[in-house]
Amino acid sequence: MSLTLLNVIVAVVIAIAFAAVNAAYLVWAERRGAARIQRRPGPNINGPFGLLQPPLDGIKLMTKQLMIPGGADKILFMVAPVLAMAPAIMSFVTIPFSEGIAAHNMELGVLVIFAFASMGAMAILFAGWGSRNKYSVMASVRAVSQNVSYEIPMLITAITVVMTTGSMDLKEISMAQSGGFWHWNIFPSLQSPLMPISFIIFFICSLAETNRAPFDLGEAESELVAGFHTEYGSMGFGLFFMGEYANIVIGASLTTILFLGGWDCPFGMFPGVWWFLLKIYLLIATFIWIRWTFPRTTIYGLLNLSWKILIPISLFNLLLTAGLLKVF
Amino acid sequence: MSAPIQLRPDETFLLNVGPQHPATHGVLRVKMQMDGEYIVKAETVLGYVHRMHEKMGENRTYAQYLPNLSRLDYLGALGYTHGHVLAIERAAGIEVPERAEYIRAITVELNRVASHLFWFGAFVMDLGGFSPLMYAIQDREHILDMLEAVTGARLTYCYYRFGGLYNDVDDDFIEAAKRFIPRMRKSLKKYDALVSGNIIFQKRLEGIAPVSAEMCRKYGATGPVARGSGINFDVRKNEPYSVYPEFDFDVPVYHECDSLARYKVRMDEMEQSLRIIEQGLETLPDGPIMAEKKPKNIKLPVGDYYQAVETARGSFGIRIVSDGDKNAYRLKLRSPTYSNMHLFDEACEGMLIMDALAFMGSLDLVIPEIDR
Repeated sequence: MSLTLLNVIVAVVIAIAFAAVNAAYLVWAERRGAARIQRRPGPNINGPFGLLQPPLDGIKLMTKQLMIPGGADKILFMVAPVLAMAPAIMSFVTIPFSEGIAAHNMELGVLVIFAFASMGAMAILFAGWGSRNKYSVMASVRAVSQNVSYEIPMLITAITVVMTTGSMDLKEISMAQSGGFWHWNIFPSLQSPLMPISFIIFFICSLAETNRAPFDLGEAESELVAGFHTEYGSMGFGLFFMGEYANIVIGASLTTILFLGGWDCPFGMFPGVWWFLLKIYLLIATFIWIRWTFPRTTIYGLLNLSWKILIPISLFNLLLTAGLLKVF
Repeated sequence: MSAPIQLRPDETFLLNVGPQHPATHGVLRVKMQMDGEYIVKAETVLGYVHRMHEKMGENRTYAQYLPNLSRLDYLGALGYTHGHVLAIERAAGIEVPERAEYIRAITVELNRVASHLFWFGAFVMDLGGFSPLMYAIQDREHILDMLEAVTGARLTYCYYRFGGLYNDVDDDFIEAAKRFIPRMRKSLKKYDALVSGNIIFQKRLEGIAPVSAEMCRKYGATGPVARGSGINFDVRKNEPYSVYPEFDFDVPVYHECDSLARYKVRMDEMEQSLRIIEQGLETLPDGPIMAEKKPKNIKLPVGDYYQAVETARGSFGIRIVSDGDKNAYRLKLRSPTYSNMHLFDEACEGMLIMDALAFMGSLDLVIPEIDR
């Protein structure tokens, strides 16, 4: 019993450390990436290549005064940033980085991640409502309607993958794709010929789920000032920020596990954690690249894309896969 | 594309956009009566940067008033000083050497390109795309460097004098301008590929915020806003001044009336400005840059004088009522953005706040020029 408890504590601490380091250095990567795209240097003063920027930013945010606006709902206001960060960290516990590296393998891993991911919408709603700011309320309503409508096609696509694999265990889903890139779920198989489309849908949904540009309607800075975190300063803002980046890592990890073979090597040699990390950072680089290239969509364009295009296609794909599974 | 919606006036809230808000590009305040994301009624509130430029024009001599004009619109300042010197020169009967007028036209057009470039970047940033602003600023930087070398200032120029110029251009400027034109053409192609062709960008602007030609006339809107609504009016063509009749250039007009049309007009105008600069550099005559006969203290004869010029934002007019003294009895500035901005109140009713702010970006507002 005590050993299990120790295991859990170690696992959670490692997950928190991984999430925090990733979040901090993804901010750095994003700023350097954006700067490269925009032909400017970006953060380059503190340390080599500006690598000391994230810890210094953290110190700055932590030493700032935590302001609660007058008339704000104090409990909701304080709970929201924690609620944004905690589920993201908890999701890390279930993710298998390699055959042997997983904090805690669960049989229902896919379900656990989706359950935690949907809590993010609640944090945004709390933050918007608790701030007592009209911009925040508008932004949080936008973000929640967006999250709700994009969770559906994302889940349907995930179910398609789960059906072909026959397991909700993330580790087993990865193992089923091992042995070279032609086994990966991203490529069409007899049972599920529309898999590349599923991958694109899943990728778009994970962009929208993490409130990233071009779907960053929740924090549309040119319209709603800073969206749901307008009133947050200090570490409240810091937690939202870290939560966002942790969610990006989760999204990239889930995409990698479901479609890109997890830790499998494309040529069937030396599978391991390095392949997993390489894949998720490539996906994250794509996230950053997209963010700094495209303008923002509109709210109705966004919802139409989900309800009129992504959901019908992913439903059709689900039915097709279900039918073909019976045949083959 | 916006969904039909029943607006309920009893279930609305007031949203104060500004005076400090990232979308207003300055200290403009808009009181918006909102129904969710939809605007029921909007009211623009002005006057946060009012600096009494018109009154200053009545207290200062004409020469002392010169620097004030470049403080109206800090992005396209040369056009405004051009209007002022033209008005005084015509009223006082000062002959300007041809070389000076050519250099004026070249520098004004360079300034117009710089202004449109900055607008382009800021507009795309209003729509959520941040990177084009950086590219636009980099191109604009070349123009500012060139203008700095000849005028001594980067933003608030005081380059034109009654009867000519403060400083002649040198070979370096001409070389730099000649190098700039092909580079800018290449950049415009890049912007087309990066921004104009983007599906999200087009969806955000196509058919959004239609402003009819009739409405433009009602509010006195001019410049790219009116030309995007199918009104073929450009002061440079319709009431020619300076040496513009000698240049061969087109006035881009679009009839779609939407935000995309206003965007296209400005993008095409940059190309036309480059054509003017190219021709001006080729045919730049030699000679003096300052009129020989020019009174030291300018006193205008009694009368009422008006001069309109086409600035980057539209038709800028300066009206001077003189009682024969060394300063004006009354000085009235007709600034284009002031008229253009008032389209906003009427046009954005029933619009989504997103589209309304994109529409505001397409009007190209410079707040100090509205408030004066």
